[in-house]
This record gives sequence, structure tokens and C-alpha cells, in this order.
Amino acid sequence: MSEPSSVLVVGASAAGLATVESLRRGGYRGTVTVVGEEEHAPYDRPPLSKQVLSGNWESDRSRLRTESALVETGAEFVLADPAVRLDPADRTVHTASGRTLRAEAVVLATGLRPKRLPGRDAAGVHVLRTLDDSLRLRAELSRARNVVVVGDGVLGSEIAATARDMESDVTLVGPQAAPMADQLGPRVAGMLGELHAERGVRLRSRAGVEALQADHGRVTGVRLETGETLPADAVVVAIGAAPATDWLADSGLRLDDGVVCDSRCRAAAGVYAVGDVARWHHEGLDQSMRLENRTNATEQARAVAANLLGADRPYAPVPHFWTDQFDAKIQVHGVPHPESEVTVVEGDPAERRFVARYARRGAPVAVLGWNRPKQVRARRQEVVETFSVPALEPS
Amino acid sequence: MKVAVDEEKCCGAGQCVLLAPEVFDQRDEDGVVILLDEQPSENLHGPVREAADACPAAAIEVSEGA
Repeated sequence: MSEPSSVLVVGASAAGLATVESLRRGGYRGTVTVVGEEEHAPYDRPPLSKQVLSGNWESDRSRLRTESALVETGAEFVLADPAVRLDPADRTVHTASGRTLRAEAVVLATGLRPKRLPGRDAAGVHVLRTLDDSLRLRAELSRARNVVVVGDGVLGSEIAATARDMESDVTLVGPQAAPMADQLGPRVAGMLGELHAERGVRLRSRAGVEALQADHGRVTGVRLETGETLPADAVVVAIGAAPATDWLADSGLRLDDGVVCDSRCRAAAGVYAVGDVARWHHEGLDQSMRLENRTNATEQARAVAANLLGADRPYAPVPHFWTDQFDAKIQVHGVPHPESEVTVVEGDPAERRFVARYARRGAPVAVLGWNRPKQVRARRQEVVETFSVPALEPS
Repeated sequence: MKVAVDEEKCCGAGQCVLLAPEVFDQRDEDGVVILLDEQPSENLHGPVREAADACPAAAIEVSEGA
């Protein structure tokens, strides 16, 4: 396919912006338009549960690019105007304010929407996805005494750690045996749970939430399925997120926990998806995949930009994510299946500095570093083959 | 080309080292970026720009010209 004369990117966060920059880096000189739901210039999300939430950073510091760098891209940014409908046949996007934007290629980068607990949210109940969410929660944490975080995935665990560092009384509630057990496996998640407990976070693991309690419209507690009630003047609901595809419901695109794409991240002729919202076929693993992490936003955008410019290459990354909680910096290359065999290959878990290798049926599937970012990056090579697209057999 | 890194933003992912090991390294103890060459020679400009694009913490700034 020859280069499109114009590209419309729907979503003005990390993946959308990286698409624009990679197109320009690849020499693309056509018209580029970015349409975004929020009023803010593109900003970074990982700091929202850490440096921005704690107040260590002013919100400006989470900006991904300066104003002048955005201008340099030569793209037009249409902000505070969410897309509401896509017609893939003529690649037309309609926005809430009534704009109609048409381009030869469309890139969907609308990210995620946080899930909420059923019922109406009382005051003091928060989710964390946007910069505004983070600032609202920051204000609340600065006066809250009892904070309950519902959800023990990466976001909930990070928020619990940050809130505890802000000297709130924090309880972390979730269904897993230990925080992030699904992502880290039981052994390392157990160590993370120990770290939280040591720092004074109360853990309620394998716990289901029955209801939030409120009085006069203000949250007062979280009732667990065991009957226990945790007092709370602030509750953070971090029970996961769903791809923001509601606006694509009548587009005719295939939606199945994300925008379903082929191995090139193409959803339809001239329509691509990137970042948290994209479900694509990973040829190296021969499986459908969707990743909710920051590194993927950029890497997938680079792949899509290359494909828009005619590369026709499968996107088959070694997934990477990191999390910072208290003084633990955890980095993972690969996908640590919860049932993997875990071997410490460097350092000492007792000293909280180590690298572990995860293997499944003998094949290495991930390497994890705990306060060993450099050393684990050096071992990324050990899992590359597992994720590589097999070379074509000569015929 | 001039390269600058923001150590405080750096998340230690090491993407820059994978892409341009001649210009970037990481500290042994915490993985924070070390800038080896503030003004890399022209043959490295491509990988350095790629590293700046790929950095998941937007911690690398490249100014062209001069």
C-alpha cells in the first residue's frame, strides 16, 4: 500500500502522540490530525499513581512534550472533543462537538476506561485514569485518614504504596493471594505483599467487596464479603479497566475486549489500533494479545507508523512493564505466566535485589528484576526467541 | 545534535541502551540513565532519535542543529 495522504489519530495520549512522532520520524509529510477527549496536552500516565499523586511533581511535569515540540510535529491537535462515531468505509470520525474529520488512514488510540463498582458513587470514591483524577485523589489523600484501595493489580498496589508514603492509613483489598499475583506469580507477589505489610499497608487478600457504605452521600466504609467493614473516608476503586470502544459499537469493526486487529495492528483497510485499546495477533506467540502498559503504547505506535508507511511488518514485541512501589523498582521483560517455574539467577531476594527467570515447559517466558533494572535489561535477550516470529521455511 | 536526559523522570526501562548503547548506559544500582555522549557523532543520530522516541518516560530530549 502506498503512503496515505492524511492520517487521523483518535486519542491524544502516549500511543497517539508516539504514532504522530514516528510518522514524522519516518519522513511522512502528509496531513496529521489528532483528536483527543481531554483538554490537556498529551501527558504521561505512569506518574499519575506515583509522583503526581504524591505531589512530588506538579502536574506540568507529566506533560509528554513541550508546546513547541508539539508544534514541531506539524500535526493539528483537536482537544477536549471526544470522537463519538467512526465510519471505517470512508474513514470518517465524528466528534462530540459536531466536527467531521476524514482521512485516508485512521489510527485508534482511545485507551481505557476504568471499571467502577455498581451503584452511584458517593463523595470520596475515586478512580484513577486521568490527570484530573490524580489531582482530585491527591487533594483527598492529603486530608483522608482511612484510605481503602479496592483492587490489587498494578494500579491499586501503586496507589496503596503512594498513599502510605503520604502517611495515610491504608488498606489494600483484592481477590488475589497477594498484590499483583496475576502479573508476577505467587512467589514475587508474596514478596511484594511482605513489603507492603512491612511499610504498614493492611492487606485484605482473597477478599471480595460486597458494598461501599455511605452516609449523607459521603463514603464511610467498605463492606467485605466476609462481613468485615473497613472504615474509609476515601476509597480508590482500581479493579481494572476496559478498552474505550463504546464509541465504535456501530462501526462494524470487530470488538472483543479491544479493537481486534491482524498481526500488523490493522483493524480494517486503512484503520489501525495502538496502545491499550488494541488487540492484535502476536505472530511470535501465535496468540491474540492486548497489553495495558506504557512501553507498549510507544512500541506499538512505532510499528503502526512503519506499517502506515508501507513496512508491512508483524508487531511481535517482547512485552515490558515496570512498577515502582516504596523502594522497590520492579521491571519485567516478557510475560511471567503465574504458573511459571521461577529461578533466581542473580542477586538475593532476601536483600531485595535480584533477577529471576520465569520458564514454562522449559522455555524462558520472562525475566524480572527487583531493584536490578540494568541487570534485568541485560538479560532480556534470554527471552527474545520465545517472542520472535519464526523465520519462514524455505520452500 | 545535543542530547539531554532527565534522571528524575527516568524509569530505568533501558530502552535507550538497547537502541543506542554507544550513547546511553544505566547506573548499576538503580538503573537510572547515564548519558555517555552529549553530542553524539552523526552516524549515531538515527539510533539516538529512536531512543528518545522509544523512552517510555519521555526522559530523553534531543535538540537538533547547532
